[in-house]
Amino acid sequence: MKKRKRVRIIGRRDVLLGAGAAVLVAAALRAVPEARAGKRSAQFDASLKALLGDAEPVSSGIELDLPDAVENGDYVPLSISVESPMTEESHVKAIHLLSTANPRADAATYHFTLLSGKARVTSRMRLAMTQEVIAIAEMSDGKFLMSARNVDVKIGGCGI
Amino acid sequence: MKKPPRIKIPETAKAGEVIEIKTLATHIMETGNRKDAKGKTIARDIIHTFKATFAGKPVFSADLGPGIAANPYIAFYLKVPGPGALELTWLDDSGNKTVETVPLNVV
Repeated sequence: MKKRKRVRIIGRRDVLLGAGAAVLVAAALRAVPEARAGKRSAQFDASLKALLGDAEPVSSGIELDLPDAVENGDYVPLSISVESPMTEESHVKAIHLLSTANPRADAATYHFTLLSGKARVTSRMRLAMTQEVIAIAEMSDGKFLMSARNVDVKIGGCGI
Repeated sequence: MKKPPRIKIPETAKAGEVIEIKTLATHIMETGNRKDAKGKTIARDIIHTFKATFAGKPVFSADLGPGIAANPYIAFYLKVPGPGALELTWLDDSGNKTVETVPLNVV
């Protein structure tokens, strides 16, 4: 007798499994931007909330310059500049530098005056691990400008 | 500060010109999160405030946290209002106050 070959056909169960898998893949894809940004500490969220309140920051007019990757998180060069005429009517009051995954979120706040002439500051910071660094400019008209950069850290800044 | 801070400004400047001022302080910037060999936490000691004034008027200031690297380097700008001297102040957790006065050659 000839053995009958089992032919696999797509049944209802397969369709259900397929649909389930598709949902999982979609969820994973949606989570990607967050995963790339890294974990944000609760402290960072609190600092951001305290700073912005209900204001929606604009992500233009501010440039945060940081290396994409560093060997050593102890010494990470950075510069922040904001486009502003720095006049009485329109100027930058302050720039806040925040880290999303350091033990303390507030790295620095730089205050400007009309005598500053230019809203630009250069410094060096510590990064405990790979994370996103955020700069927020507080403008004289009450608006906020925000810029974020992800920095890949090979060896974290010691003891921060 | 054990060693005086290093300050770099242009040799000459014109009134109305925007010049860059570079400063480098010598400081450990101890975060307060590290432990010594016996497991005791090392007290925080950082420069928490930096201020710059020109002819007595505020130009720029910074509130620093432990997330700023040791030997803090800060570069900022000044729109020269006329002749005068730049006064820079660093304050740390140990109560040390370092003040440097740099006259600016306005031509």
